[in-house]
Amino acid sequence: MRGARIWGLVPAWVLMLATLMVPLLIVAAVSVAERGSYGGFAWDFNPLSYREILFSEDWDGNLVFDPKYLAIIGRTLLLAGATTLICMALALPVAYVIATRPPKTKALLIYLVTLPFWVSMIVRVYAWLIILGSEGFVGRFWHWIGGEGTLLFTPGAMLVGMVYSYIPLMVLPVFAAIEKLDPALLEAGADLYGSRWTTARRVILPLTWPGLAAGAVLVFVPALGTVLEPMLLGGGKQMMMGTLIQTQFGGARNWPFGAAVALVLMAMVVIVLVINARRSIRKEARA
Amino acid sequence: MTRGKAVEVFNVSKRFGDYQALDHVDFTIQENEFFTLLGPSGCGKTTLLRMIAGFETPSEGAIVLFGQEIDRLPAHKRHVNTVFQSYALFPHMTLAQNIAFGLENLGWDKPRREVRVAEMLELVHMTAFASRRPDQLSGGQRQRIALARALAPEPKVLLLDEPLSALDLKLRQAMRDELRALQRQTGITFIFVTHDQKEALDMSDRICVLGQGRVQQIGTPAEIYEEPENRFVADFIGETNFLDAEVIALDGARARIRTPLGLEFDAAQKGLSGPGPATLSLRPEKIGLQEQATGNVLTGTIRSRNYMGGYTHFVVETGGASLRVSRRNAVSQAESYAVGQEVRLGFRDESVRVLAR
Ligand SMILES: Nc1ncnc2c1ncn2[C@@H]1O[C@H](COP(=O)(O)OP(=O)(O)O)[C@@H](O)[C@H]1O
Ligand SMILES: [Mg+2]
Repeated sequence: MRGARIWGLVPAWVLMLATLMVPLLIVAAVSVAERGSYGGFAWDFNPLSYREILFSEDWDGNLVFDPKYLAIIGRTLLLAGATTLICMALALPVAYVIATRPPKTKALLIYLVTLPFWVSMIVRVYAWLIILGSEGFVGRFWHWIGGEGTLLFTPGAMLVGMVYSYIPLMVLPVFAAIEKLDPALLEAGADLYGSRWTTARRVILPLTWPGLAAGAVLVFVPALGTVLEPMLLGGGKQMMMGTLIQTQFGGARNWPFGAAVALVLMAMVVIVLVINARRSIRKEARA
Repeated sequence: MTRGKAVEVFNVSKRFGDYQALDHVDFTIQENEFFTLLGPSGCGKTTLLRMIAGFETPSEGAIVLFGQEIDRLPAHKRHVNTVFQSYALFPHMTLAQNIAFGLENLGWDKPRREVRVAEMLELVHMTAFASRRPDQLSGGQRQRIALARALAPEPKVLLLDEPLSALDLKLRQAMRDELRALQRQTGITFIFVTHDQKEALDMSDRICVLGQGRVQQIGTPAEIYEEPENRFVADFIGETNFLDAEVIALDGARARIRTPLGLEFDAAQKGLSGPGPATLSLRPEKIGLQEQATGNVLTGTIRSRNYMGGYTHFVVETGGASLRVSRRNAVSQAESYAVGQEVRLGFRDESVRVLAR
């Protein structure tokens, strides 16, 4: 019986091995390889790439601490964090409104939330390029209220694009959490003299926290690796980890360095997932 | 004793789409009263309670709380608390935090809150459980905490929506007594919703019987039971025999009745407009058998017998009608009437209620 169960998992293991573990090992191997003269890499063990993340060589060949890549990592964390927080703040009221509609309206609204997934990500980000551009309605409004220059190619533009791209991933788990709430609890909040705001803060928020945490992971993790928004809306001016990796494999032809940054990014993701896993295990243990 | 008006419900109707849940409901509840809304499931009891609490708004009519019209007052500003049918305790708070929630919102300072929480826990005999969470409690304990939480802010009116329906029989009886004692002790006006007529008769000062979204009758438990004003009330509360009859003369509150059983007598009436067909209601325990048969006496045949412990229920056939008769087993002799036996049965004029057909 036990044996049979283990054998049943073989296809899954094979798939994981072929599509995740092997490529990961290749990336890890490349990250410690020698840079090839014309892109690519040469099989020579050399952990220089990791050193390059923190140090650079000055004219005399001395190693000096250079925070330029740390700054990129920091910016990536900041932007992903801001995206997550904004998504949380926006998703809570949206999910609450959806969850308290009659069943038919509810189904329709949830369908609308997932609708953007039917359109290619690139097309959607391009749409923001137009909306924020000087001919788009937001861009025109910006000029109309006396704003100067363009809204595009700023951290703000990137943030708008990222919040837009990832917010459905926050709305869905938060909606699921709010829908599970017993409506009588909200009435009890009001019955016991809690204003809407008090009831939201002291009853809804704590009870939907698991949904918010799940949404935060779903948003934060892909936001760390985002490439499209910095490239298109940020105009490539503000390097992020995703775009950094992309340029190393592309224009800069430094595969080992690209691979090293990719592994650092992955380590960050793993840290987030481990924190989340520990949290849910603790919660299970308490229940 | 001068008692003010606690809650006045003026001609309140409620429609959900095309469905008329409440139809021109009108009554007044006095201060310190234990007032029960009694009716079958779906008759609109919860809806009425929710309108008083502020979770629904009347489609028509007005609700006045201690002289103040509250239709525009949101739920969190009404000095009314609810014991929810599902208890609705906050699962993420301890019992003490649950009880303190309303006090915090009212702006009570910490020392005063702590005193009140301790007082409430003591009142419902749950002091030892203060730092537990609701999911660690039994149904009866949750019930008590819901009660303590609702009483803590010293509401003027306490609304209770079938608070005992989730408890088992023994506990239910004990809680009835406790609730009643608590109401006397605190002097708070209770509006108690139930579909259980025994509960209503046992606990209430006055009962409002609701049926099909309308007030069927309002009165003390004895009035509701002894003097039902229509067939719905007579049928819903307790057991009764309905007999077709003819009103042959009407003189104020008295009516001359002729029954197909061949009897003619006077009975109290209310709401009849004139002679014509009517329905009689005659409670089973008000019919005497054999030596207890007095008043209007008939003979009949016992068709069935159900021994119920304290009582024995008989069905007696007489003149084509089947009458349910219940007889208290005072000396353990009720079994002595056998099925098929001929018996005398009788009832007094004043035991009969004449109802409009
Ligand atoms: N929000 C609502 N929408 C539509 N119908 C409702 C709503 N609330 C109650 N009803 C209907 O109104 C009637 C009375 O309900 P309720 O007050 O809960 O009855 P009770 O508490 O006496 O069992 C029921 O038929 C119920 O289906
Ligand atoms: Mg109900």
